[in-house]
Amino acid sequence: MAEAKDFVAAIDSNAKKSPRRIVFITRRTSAQVKAETEDQTQSFPEVLFRAAVAIQLLAIALVWISLLFNAPLEGLADPSHTPNPAKAPWYFLGLQEMLHYFPPVVAGVLAPGLVVMALIVIPYFKVNIEAEGLFTKDRLRRLRVFYAVTAPLVIFLGWFHVIVALVPTLIVAGLMLLASQSSAQSSSAFRRYLAARPLSYWVMTWFLFELMVVTATGTFFRGPGWSWVWPWKPY
Amino acid sequence: MAKTADQYFDDLRETRVWRSIFRSGTGSSTLRRALAIQQNVFLHLFSTKVRTRMLSFSATWYLGTLTLGTFFILVATGIPLMLYYHPSVPQAYHDTKDLQFVVSSGLFLRNLHRWSAHAMVFLVFAHMFKVFYRGAYRTPREFNWVIGVILLLITLLLSYTGYLLPWDQLAYWAITVGSNIASAVPLIGDKIHFLLLGGSSVNANALLRFYVLHCMILPLAAIFFVAIHFWRIRKDGGLYAHSSEPAAVRSRSRAKKKEATING
Repeated sequence: MAEAKDFVAAIDSNAKKSPRRIVFITRRTSAQVKAETEDQTQSFPEVLFRAAVAIQLLAIALVWISLLFNAPLEGLADPSHTPNPAKAPWYFLGLQEMLHYFPPVVAGVLAPGLVVMALIVIPYFKVNIEAEGLFTKDRLRRLRVFYAVTAPLVIFLGWFHVIVALVPTLIVAGLMLLASQSSAQSSSAFRRYLAARPLSYWVMTWFLFELMVVTATGTFFRGPGWSWVWPWKPY
Repeated sequence: MAKTADQYFDDLRETRVWRSIFRSGTGSSTLRRALAIQQNVFLHLFSTKVRTRMLSFSATWYLGTLTLGTFFILVATGIPLMLYYHPSVPQAYHDTKDLQFVVSSGLFLRNLHRWSAHAMVFLVFAHMFKVFYRGAYRTPREFNWVIGVILLLITLLLSYTGYLLPWDQLAYWAITVGSNIASAVPLIGDKIHFLLLGGSSVNANALLRFYVLHCMILPLAAIFFVAIHFWRIRKDGGLYAHSSEPAAVRSRSRAKKKEATING
């Protein structure tokens, strides 16, 4: 008698939707065949149509904005007359806000350089691939690391009176502590949500929060001599 | 019986001229619709099929599509603006003034260009964070994320170089503040600053440099990387769908992380 085959063959019958695939399943290893029966839509014309509609809606919104609000245009450039405050474009005002506290080589070169480097390497580090809650495993040790990293950062920001960066840091740190006290069994949905967040989520959320607060501060709350102003009070 | 718009379109697609231009041929079978994408030099960057679930608004918020939309608007408004603009001092400022008050619809053109530029910067950031929170940078999409970061930097540079062109006080001092940061780079800071501006302060040379960068070099770089960005989405298995999968599927697929979905 011939030896028993080491595998069984199967054919995906839904050849219309997906290309025909032949799957070999050996006896010893239980191969996981990913269920790829999910619905697909033809790009032409459905997806292209949706993209066109999305772009159209955006264009309509931008046309309305352009009809209602004029782009700013001030007097002719005059190198001998510096406006106060002189501000960079809004997306660099976070940077300019940091330049208020730290020397240019730190706030203008080192910090943005590190941010760009950090963004580039995100997908190449396993810590950013893991999707497990930060405090699910090894809770006490990880809490110690959390304190060891957060405390110097808070002291550093406090030491230089960087209140705008300190406040978001404290808020995110508070949420992380709440996450460490929560688990999948917590009664509130919010705490279950926090407990399931991985480290990469916390780091990015902290960065996003900092970016928004610092940019908004530079844009709306800074006046002559980079002093604190309220946007509703003219200076 | 009157023909519907669809039927007129089908008739058009069957004409000899149409078929000589587009290689995909007529008919609306699945094959023909796939060919309409695959046989077109621009559309073949995209997949012929997309997971239906990824078309819902919540999956992507259409942020990548909308960013492309702002880029189209910026090209469409930027080219006519170039026709009315001289990158010289102080003519640049007077041209901008003329756009405001003399050129027909010049004010609207400039407004649309300006606000779309702000929208593009915002949308690029939003797109990046959305992709991050969806976890869509995971294998095999690592490098497409890197290209995305490059595109973010190109977008910022495009916006920044455009900021100087009106040559008003706002432009002049924003670029002065921004370019001074370059001087802070250790050792070669002043050299970079000089290279960027074509002088030791913002002057006519800087305006010309920023104009060339803004209208020529950076848009070409953007188009180049955008093409790779789209093509990689197709090659890497279409829009990333992991995070919207039901938890059961997720935990199963985690065990087989290396499995790549072949969709292109």
